[in-house]
Amino acid sequence: MNLPLETADLVVVGAGPAGLCASLEAVRAGVHTVLLDENSRAGGQLFKQVHRFFGSRHHGAGKRGFVIADQLAGECRQAGVEVRLSSTVLGFFQGGELMVDAPGGVYLVRPRAVVIATGASERCVAFPGWTLPGVMGAGAAQTLVNVYGVLPGRRVLMAGSGNVGLIVSYQLLQAGAEVVGIIDIADRVGGYEVHLERVAREGVPVYLNHRILAAEGTGSVESVLVGDAGGGKAYRFEVDCLCLALGLSPLVELAAMRGCRMVYREELGGFLPWHDAWMRTDRPGVFVAGDAAGIEEASVAMEEGRMAGITAAEELGLLSGGRAGAKRKAVQRRLEGLRGGPYGTGKLAAKVSIHGD
Amino acid sequence: MNLRVGRHAVLGEMEAGRPVTIYVDGEPVPAREGEPVAAALYAVGIRTTRYSPRSGEPRGPFCMIGRCTECAMTVDGVPNVRTCLTAVRDGMEVETPGRKKP
Repeated sequence: MNLPLETADLVVVGAGPAGLCASLEAVRAGVHTVLLDENSRAGGQLFKQVHRFFGSRHHGAGKRGFVIADQLAGECRQAGVEVRLSSTVLGFFQGGELMVDAPGGVYLVRPRAVVIATGASERCVAFPGWTLPGVMGAGAAQTLVNVYGVLPGRRVLMAGSGNVGLIVSYQLLQAGAEVVGIIDIADRVGGYEVHLERVAREGVPVYLNHRILAAEGTGSVESVLVGDAGGGKAYRFEVDCLCLALGLSPLVELAAMRGCRMVYREELGGFLPWHDAWMRTDRPGVFVAGDAAGIEEASVAMEEGRMAGITAAEELGLLSGGRAGAKRKAVQRRLEGLRGGPYGTGKLAAKVSIHGD
Repeated sequence: MNLRVGRHAVLGEMEAGRPVTIYVDGEPVPAREGEPVAAALYAVGIRTTRYSPRSGEPRGPFCMIGRCTECAMTVDGVPNVRTCLTAVRDGMEVETPGRKKP
């Protein structure tokens, strides 16, 4: 098979918050940067975030996610990043080539450095009826409703009370769906108080210590059987959609294919490529950032992307050690701020433990 | 069935492409140009995008971001197309893999 082969200084895979910020830092240092994403729009999962972000102004607090995505993508284009959309990276070979499936055909590109910013995928659990149409990831429901303006169902049961479960429940209400309840097998709500308050104000009940027994229906979901964790009572909810907000796993296939060493950290979503504080993997010229480097928040992904972009630019000879060091110090300070809260400390400890592995 | 949101409390009028028609297993389905095929199907209540070749059970979109491949259908004769990442074009012909012919 003779495929066209291109060269590039830096290829960034994934145009979410991490990939966009990595590209920005690199291109501003003068690196010829190609940003690949399989979607037809840049922004990754920021696109479906219609709530206002909190945190610092630096991370777009007060802005809605899709506004941040549009701004970052605009800055990238303006700064000269070559943004290639509808381009799926099929493989990352040991020789360092990436195989790309693009509208114009399949080609290979051999860059001097790569940032893997592929994000995450939603987790699932198996239960009777889990494959019925109408059972879907909460993120899928969020995509349908917030990006495409289509309700995933009229009556929805949400499984999982983390931030994703709470936020998507609220967003389904905003779009006109009925959310009959949020269940969680844990004995306390996983997400932030502020998100819980919003759904509680709308009268959505939260059933803790409860789990899914079965999704039922012919052809698609018509009801969901839920039981209390002790195995006592069971309830049947008449719904046409069951959303699963059970957490995310890093998308690590490309890193694994390239031979990056993997580590396992439960707090960060499972298997992820080993990396240091500068987002370098154990393969020369291969960086990782964002959820692909462990599940955290979008603002953390942006900073990790910056870290990877800065270090890549330095390794490519376009940033001096001193300049890169100063930039990294600023990023490090912001990362510490982001991970300083009660939800961040576990993640921070897990991250630090990886660097020493 | 119409599951389109129309006017959204936060987003206002949901912007949508020009109304077009696609054909699903030969039946005309209204859709909006540029939206993913899977979203167009969901909007009219079509949730089954394929049937398991092993069990014959229906499957529907799970992730909507191109990972799960549950929405892979035959589009304009090309098999295994992820319909959550494939934009609607006027006159597109979509077939449900594994569907028993009536």
